[in-house]
Amino acid sequence: MVLFIMCFILFLVGLYGVITRRNLIKIIIALSIMEYSLNLFFILIGYRKGGEIPILKDAGAVPPVVVDPLPQAMILTAIVIGLATTALLLAIAIRLYRKYKTFDVSGINALKG
Amino acid sequence: MEEALLFILIIMLAGALYALYAKDLLSAVVSYGIVGFALVIAFLLLQAPDLAIVQVVVETISLVIMISVLIISTREDLQETPVAKIKGASYIQFRHMMYVAAALVITGLFLYFFVASTAMLPAFGEHQTRMATEYVQHGAEKTGAINLVTGIVFDFRGYDTLGEATVLFTAVIGVLAMLRLVGKKEEL
Repeated sequence: MVLFIMCFILFLVGLYGVITRRNLIKIIIALSIMEYSLNLFFILIGYRKGGEIPILKDAGAVPPVVVDPLPQAMILTAIVIGLATTALLLAIAIRLYRKYKTFDVSGINALKG
Repeated sequence: MEEALLFILIIMLAGALYALYAKDLLSAVVSYGIVGFALVIAFLLLQAPDLAIVQVVVETISLVIMISVLIISTREDLQETPVAKIKGASYIQFRHMMYVAAALVITGLFLYFFVASTAMLPAFGEHQTRMATEYVQHGAEKTGAINLVTGIVFDFRGYDTLGEATVLFTAVIGVLAMLRLVGKKEEL
């Protein structure tokens, strides 16, 4: 239970960063931290005490306790999507920097082209 | 086991907090790397080697992208304007304190509801596989893959993977469109 709460505190640190920081790069970092904590939370839920890696030694012989492979498969997808979204956010940030010469979100308010 | 995970989580928390408060953007990115690579060790402890491999690759790539963004822009954090000199200084300071207070209230509320809802979850390590029982028992003979995770990703949930490939493709197209300079009339 302590582990779940610590993992959620990591999520909250990211949320606090997204709300209070003004630098675009730090906001992107905080978003990625939130995503990491969610990934870790899924895997923490799927863990079983004394469970083995979900890779069978030879086909047919299933060990008695295996950790849940379903959250792992889900998160495998989510990690790669997270990389893609981070890259997209960074591309937008560098584009904004070229136009406004700053990463300050409160300085980026002139909407006219 | 739990103690090791707790230790890794504390390291991740420290890295995350330093990343938010660092004066230098490069050190913020490096401490974000601490969070990501600590996550790799946590995955290994939680018996998820596939995820650890993917996380190493993804973390390295995103660090490289972030550092290259910092190289072509700036590594200084925003300068805090000396508030005392401008007109309405007390109002601006009050507004900043209101932002921080609102953020703390929101995070506190979230934490309260989370702690209330973890009471319904099974404790750490007591998880019972419901849906995955079928995958674990018969996955190897049905898919022919002894790695159950890849069996699920590419066989049982192939459509999810197709959707993931679509998202990835869209994101790559977006990055290329953002960074495209050929054909622009004005200098950006």
